[in-house]
Amino acid sequence: MEFEKINDGKAMTVRLIGEVDSMNIAEIEEKLLKEVEGVTDLTFDLEQLEYISSAGLRVLLQMQKLMKAQGTMTIRNVNEDVMDIFKVTGFVRLLNIV
Amino acid sequence: MREITLDATRENLAAVFTFLQEALTECGASKKVIRQIKLCVEEIYINIVNYAYTPAVGQARITFDSSGSPGGSPPLRAIISFIDSGKPYDPLAKEDPDIGLDLDDTPIGGLGIFLVKETMDDVRYEYTDGQNIFTMEKIIDVQTN
Repeated sequence: MEFEKINDGKAMTVRLIGEVDSMNIAEIEEKLLKEVEGVTDLTFDLEQLEYISSAGLRVLLQMQKLMKAQGTMTIRNVNEDVMDIFKVTGFVRLLNIV
Repeated sequence: MREITLDATRENLAAVFTFLQEALTECGASKKVIRQIKLCVEEIYINIVNYAYTPAVGQARITFDSSGSPGGSPPLRAIISFIDSGKPYDPLAKEDPDIGLDLDDTPIGGLGIFLVKETMDDVRYEYTDGQNIFTMEKIIDVQTN
């Protein structure tokens, strides 16, 4: 996972890389919650995301709820496999996917 | 048939993934179907980790079998079973989540089993001789390149 902040830390891009599963989600969640403080414009870039389980979906939903209160959240570069999961779970409606 | 028996811990998910990857690769499964099945295996295995023996640790046995033939009739099917001796727990008894709710009303979590039901071609649960047995089947698309 990589973080890139611009605009005095108000805009942040998070690149999820490789696999997000039940083994690494606790660490990812902890880092995200720390880094997102003060961010009003959050973007998730999923170009290099190869695998995400429901553990990862839970955290994306949690972040969407959090960002609704403090700004905006956008999801970019969703591949076909991940999009299938977003469709089945109704996340296509809940997340702002561009 | 292949099988693996291990302590049902979160860390051992890596060994479960390796077991699955080897079995499905040997079948010639496509990368897409491997990813789909992997997702379902994680959900069911982590359920055992979280609920079967907690707070103690017990064992989980996972078996992999296949039937049919690639592109034939009947088609190639993967049959994966999860067996534990923990508390009786039927993951299928849970009602499906309402995926039409607004963001504010959508609860966090509860999507795992739903994804398994939507992804696999058949899922079933039984409790026999003190064992939870969860079985799932999927028709395998084979790698074409």
